[in-house]
Amino acid sequence: MFLGSGGSIFPPLRFYAAMRYSIFSLARNALTGHRHWTEQWRKASPRDAYDVVVVGAGGHGLATAYYLAKNHGISNVALLEKGWLGGGNVGRNTTIIRSNYLLPGNEAFYEQSLRLWEGLEQDFNYNAMVSQRGVLNLYHSDGQRDAYARRGNAMRLHGADAELLDRNAVKAMAPFLNFDDARFPIQGGLLQRRGGTARHDAVAWGFARGASDRGVDIIENCEVVDLAIEDGRVVGLKTTRGDIKAKKVGLAVAGATSQLGAMAGLRLPIESHVLQAFVSEGLKPLVPGVITFGAGHFYISQSDKGGLVFGGDIDGYNSYARRGNLPVVEDVCESGMALMPQVGRVRLLRSWGGLMDMSMDGSPIIDRTPVGNLYLNCGWCYGGFKATPASGWCFAHLIATGQSHPNAAAYRLDRFASGAVIDEKGAGAQPNLH
Amino acid sequence: MTDAAQPNRLPAGGAIQGLIDRDRLLAFTFDGKVYAGHAGDTLASALIAAGVKLIGRSFKYHRPRGIFSAGPEEPNALVELRTGARREPNTRATTIELYDGLEAASQNRWPSLAFDILAVNQIASPLFVGGFYYKTFMWPASFWEKVYEPLIRRAAGLGRASEYPDPDRYEKAYAFCDVLVIGSGPAGLAAALAAGRSGARVILCEDDARLGGRLLGERQTIDDAPAHLFAAAASDELGSLPDVCVMSRTQVFGAYDDGVYGALERVADHMTAPAAGVPRQRLWRIAAKRCVNAMGATERPIVFGGNDRPGVMLASAVRTYLNRFGVLPGRKPVVFTTNDDGWKTVADLAAAGAQVEAVVDPRASVDETLTKAAAAAGARVLLGGRIVDVAGDARGVTSAVVSAGGKRQVFAADLVAVSGGWNPQVALTTHRGGKPRWSEALSTFVPGDLPDGMAVTGAANGDFGLAESLRGGSAAGAAAAAACGFSATPAPQPRAEDEPAAVVPLWHVDGGRYKAFVDLQNDVTAGDIALAHAEGFRSIEHLKRYTTLGMATDQGKTSNLNGHAMMAALTGQAMSDVGTTLSRPPHQPVAIGAFAGHHRGRHFRPTRHVPGHAWAIENGAVMVEAGPWLRPQYFPRPGEKDWLASVVREVRTVRSSVGVCDVSTLGRIDIRGRDAATFLDRVYINTFSTLPVGKARYGVMLREDGFVMDDGTTSRFGDDHYVMSTTTANAAKVMQHLEFCHQALWPELDVAMVSVTEQWSQYAVAGPKARELLAQLYGSDVDLSNDALPYMGCREISLRGITTRLFRISFSGELAYELAAPARHGAAVLEDLMALCDTFGGCPYGTEAQSVMRIEKGHVAGNELNGQTVARDLGLGRMMSTKKDYIGRVMADRPALVAPDRPTLVGIRPVEKGRRLTAGAHILPGGAAAVAASDQGYVTSVAYSPALEGWIGLALVVNGPTRHGERVRAYDAVRNNDQDVTICAPVFVDPEGVRLRG
Amino acid sequence: MRIPCPFCGVRDITEFTYLGDASLSQRPDPASPDAAKRFHEYVHLRDNPAGLHDELWYHGGGCRSWLTVTRNTRTHAIEDAKLTRASKSRAATP
Repeated sequence: MFLGSGGSIFPPLRFYAAMRYSIFSLARNALTGHRHWTEQWRKASPRDAYDVVVVGAGGHGLATAYYLAKNHGISNVALLEKGWLGGGNVGRNTTIIRSNYLLPGNEAFYEQSLRLWEGLEQDFNYNAMVSQRGVLNLYHSDGQRDAYARRGNAMRLHGADAELLDRNAVKAMAPFLNFDDARFPIQGGLLQRRGGTARHDAVAWGFARGASDRGVDIIENCEVVDLAIEDGRVVGLKTTRGDIKAKKVGLAVAGATSQLGAMAGLRLPIESHVLQAFVSEGLKPLVPGVITFGAGHFYISQSDKGGLVFGGDIDGYNSYARRGNLPVVEDVCESGMALMPQVGRVRLLRSWGGLMDMSMDGSPIIDRTPVGNLYLNCGWCYGGFKATPASGWCFAHLIATGQSHPNAAAYRLDRFASGAVIDEKGAGAQPNLH
Repeated sequence: MTDAAQPNRLPAGGAIQGLIDRDRLLAFTFDGKVYAGHAGDTLASALIAAGVKLIGRSFKYHRPRGIFSAGPEEPNALVELRTGARREPNTRATTIELYDGLEAASQNRWPSLAFDILAVNQIASPLFVGGFYYKTFMWPASFWEKVYEPLIRRAAGLGRASEYPDPDRYEKAYAFCDVLVIGSGPAGLAAALAAGRSGARVILCEDDARLGGRLLGERQTIDDAPAHLFAAAASDELGSLPDVCVMSRTQVFGAYDDGVYGALERVADHMTAPAAGVPRQRLWRIAAKRCVNAMGATERPIVFGGNDRPGVMLASAVRTYLNRFGVLPGRKPVVFTTNDDGWKTVADLAAAGAQVEAVVDPRASVDETLTKAAAAAGARVLLGGRIVDVAGDARGVTSAVVSAGGKRQVFAADLVAVSGGWNPQVALTTHRGGKPRWSEALSTFVPGDLPDGMAVTGAANGDFGLAESLRGGSAAGAAAAAACGFSATPAPQPRAEDEPAAVVPLWHVDGGRYKAFVDLQNDVTAGDIALAHAEGFRSIEHLKRYTTLGMATDQGKTSNLNGHAMMAALTGQAMSDVGTTLSRPPHQPVAIGAFAGHHRGRHFRPTRHVPGHAWAIENGAVMVEAGPWLRPQYFPRPGEKDWLASVVREVRTVRSSVGVCDVSTLGRIDIRGRDAATFLDRVYINTFSTLPVGKARYGVMLREDGFVMDDGTTSRFGDDHYVMSTTTANAAKVMQHLEFCHQALWPELDVAMVSVTEQWSQYAVAGPKARELLAQLYGSDVDLSNDALPYMGCREISLRGITTRLFRISFSGELAYELAAPARHGAAVLEDLMALCDTFGGCPYGTEAQSVMRIEKGHVAGNELNGQTVARDLGLGRMMSTKKDYIGRVMADRPALVAPDRPTLVGIRPVEKGRRLTAGAHILPGGAAAVAASDQGYVTSVAYSPALEGWIGLALVVNGPTRHGERVRAYDAVRNNDQDVTICAPVFVDPEGVRLRG
Repeated sequence: MRIPCPFCGVRDITEFTYLGDASLSQRPDPASPDAAKRFHEYVHLRDNPAGLHDELWYHGGGCRSWLTVTRNTRTHAIEDAKLTRASKSRAATP
């Protein structure tokens, strides 16, 4: 529908008055039997052409679409999703938010993200249960303590909060941890009080509702099967729901990055791996905040519904199967028991597997690509959830302005060739170790 | 005949008396009150026998709930089992085997089960619809953590985890078999018999304590005898077959890749506590060539008003309570069924003496054998009918409202038996990605694509008839055995009948006054499904996440299909298009302790001891974890006020006399072959082919991306024989790397390598008197002079007939040696060394003193070799050979890695004399503000230097080498240790290296 | 997962360590004029197919052989496992 001149495309007027959520609207609807609630986001069908098409309605794609509309006034946007909205990693993670990063290329970005989390619910009028109950990283040796001091100081230099606790302070905070007969005794911890958790699905829905209300077409069950590239620039997409013209295309497809990249002739520094995560049966409150074990790979929190939510390492081999194997389950539970031996009789209820876009240095990529008008957002490894708001913010900035956002300036695709890698763990080009 | 303590126990000698052991009376308590049951009871059957109807409270509305099922699918009757350290929250009363002294308590209620304050949630329930919390609690923002969330968290959750460490042990084991049979109902037994008789190695896993499955809960006959006798006979025969292993109380919870199945054996859950030496549970990893999945089916309820009240029960569960446990769940039952199978309940109830008020079936007509039998039992038959509402309270059901023939009738009732049909247990067929297939005929999902090696048979496959289960199981067992190379001997099929099993779909009866529950445990109502639809949460994954349908401890075993079908009705989609949510292991919840096994506490990971471990302990060493090893950190002596005093004394002793340090944990790799020298040249940045025999050299190796991987000395003992040492931390990683380089990159090289870390013990002997000490150890005929064994020399020397290796290498900067002795002699050599050391006034020293001395010498270690540094950063750039290729050479020249402003190694000293330095402090320009833009590096390692009588440190600082003498800020905000420091050269003691060559 | 090691037979995955795409055994010529580019591609840009994948595993808990395993990344089904050094020497002999 080309109405204007100069190639600008105006979407048809199809905004509907979104119902504002509050205790009052809830009470009013309760009186009328909840018959008047409307769809939280429109079920859009693809139109012929858009200013921007974002591929992937996971957390990052949804946030990108939301901020394109909200920050840059670009609302003639389609967000394409091959399955159901929020069905990727935003719907299968351990819901942790934090900004306790070490390296300069990362810390400013993640601190921006945490600040966005802090105002997100009021901003998009959706309770995503952002809960700053603290993130505590335990250390078990002097070397680990010093590494956490280095990290904590880096965080403080970036304006984030960080406290280095000794054993007694950790014990006062989390007396339920194993201080008595540990193989690797707890010596202390790095605490970020502003860290915590958010209700992952609600984040997706809140962004979806906010983007949809601002005119973004969210199109589910629409798989991209090819990219249309002319003279080195992307001009559109072929999808299972027809061809779509696009002035700009942004990819935010996590584990499917290599496949989408290949459609543009790109070979990318990404491997797809499976990460399992776990939840226990519901329990009365036991774990107040997020705790990570320093002598194994293990992180745990408790959801508002009462389930212990925990995870550990990726399975460690390339996979698109969204499921893992027993050794990792055992490894994770071994760490859990080492840390909290009172959970021995608590039952693991459910596991799930997500497809992680593991990058070669463990850090993400938000950048242009060698293909004109094609933008890339990937490489989140298994830390993408906490990045959701800033990732959307910075990716929208890049797509809208053509310039990297200052907080994401280090997330360049060419850093692997140049050597300016951002390797928090020092594990090198070995994705399954990040 | 009725026992006053067990008013609902059917009398012995009646038409139905159950399979319990009436001679064994077991006492138990529920909420502190004492009851009695029999061996063979579950907690649920014993509570029914005792007339207890109210067992728990629901998750959200705290509605009163009773017993709904007779198996692991139970959504309502969850209890806290046992007390204290053994308290197990959320345990299904329907699966707890009764034992004498059992203690159970209701959960999620306060102050008591009968009077639960949070039941007021029911009054506010119009507000608390699905997803209500997403729409409110947002203002003011700070109230979430402070007010709203704590309230929600306290109200939510179910049972309470114990606050004490789990006192029981768990084991893990592997098992291997030809054929794994899962489930011991008619199909599973037939499969196990067929496979077992063929001689195949068979494992039969049954979740229940007793084999038989549905055969135990029904009044069926096989070979003209009660079916449970067939199960008993099959059990006996299987027990007699040598290659058949029957594992009862063992649930298979997951299907993994390549035929690996996860199973949990409940070894001691049916007793008060495990006997000494016996684990509570055992986790099995079963590798099976073939699997026969005979897990059966779960009965599906129907959603109608008040369907959650205590006394609404699955029809098959009613029959199980009658036939297996000899208890009568209600005296005035109403049966509501959409299928022929449900009608069996009428006859069973009547036979047990209940007055069946009515049988309600939505079908306009059914097989007349059913109606005749029901009429004979005295039940009103209401075809074309539905139960709309069930009234009642916390004491249970009081009446059922039936709509039939255009009018509503109320039946007084204390039990409503419900059957909406059967859902095959498809979960294990989907764990590896298979999608179930919708069956219109059965109105349910049946297995679709199966994992390699798995066959599904019996009710799990949608074959519900008894005869077809026996036949199908037998065929599946024989086929599985045949696939493993065993031929089954044909055996006569047992005689049994297929009973009628017609069914019509009915998910939800609309129009009731009361809330109609889809997911009983999570309190998801029919209204919530409609709301989710209105708000656009129509995909079943969105439905699940928005309403929490199927996310409770029962994982939707009795709720998912109804919920999905109700959504399909709203969207107009076919169920085959709707599909079903993904099922992931575990099929039933598994204790975290079982997955952990013995890896907990001190045994979380193995502990490695060096040969000198016992000596160190005897001599008072404080031990520290060094990766998997324990190493002496320091050796305190009486009167030393803290660790620092001990460490200072150890360092001074080494620098003035002699000390001995156990360095056995360093990795050692023996490398041999004609091309060993070439190989080392390719993996190290410096050259080893030019190293003379009898000499050692410090080497650095990179990852292929140009960053430093590891360092260590490598010594040449022959033209084609080197011994490499690695850091303790990287020993395994380097070994793997070298094997990769050889096998994957340069297989043409004639070289072989083996890790000999564990074959040798090694001791650093350091200090001015080191040579004298060793001379005394080896005896006068061994020449240890500078000429005979110069700095960086190495030799094999016999020590009382033992071949030892002596390396003249120094980490401490002193005249020093490392003595390597075969591990089995390590302890003895250490004792000899220490005895001599004492005579020189020397002492043992630990990792702390070692670290102090290496920092004084500016040697890099783990803190600097952190995977983020290149050789040039560490002042090792000049070692990078320009005359050859080596791993990492090309990538180390990437622009960002050769940038001049990379943080580079320097020393630092505090400006304020005596002030303590801390590692992890960031370096900012002198006087600069503490902002990210000022960040110029950080302090990697610090130590108190006895030689300098002050703290020293190593740091990586931008343009470091050009800034010696500059005063900068060491910013350590997290330890309140912000101070000014002076940059200096990173070698603090003996920079010319005079002492180590002495 | 169980990997059929040519030396040791079918063994549990816990005995093995994963490295990645089998192209990691094809180290570029360091003397080539575009060595920097080729090494960057060798180290960082690997095959990541959804389907059959040739990949390197190390049998550290067994015979210490490096194996080239062909595995389907969608299903985890292992089609083949051979000694990496054997396939290398075959490649070297025309």
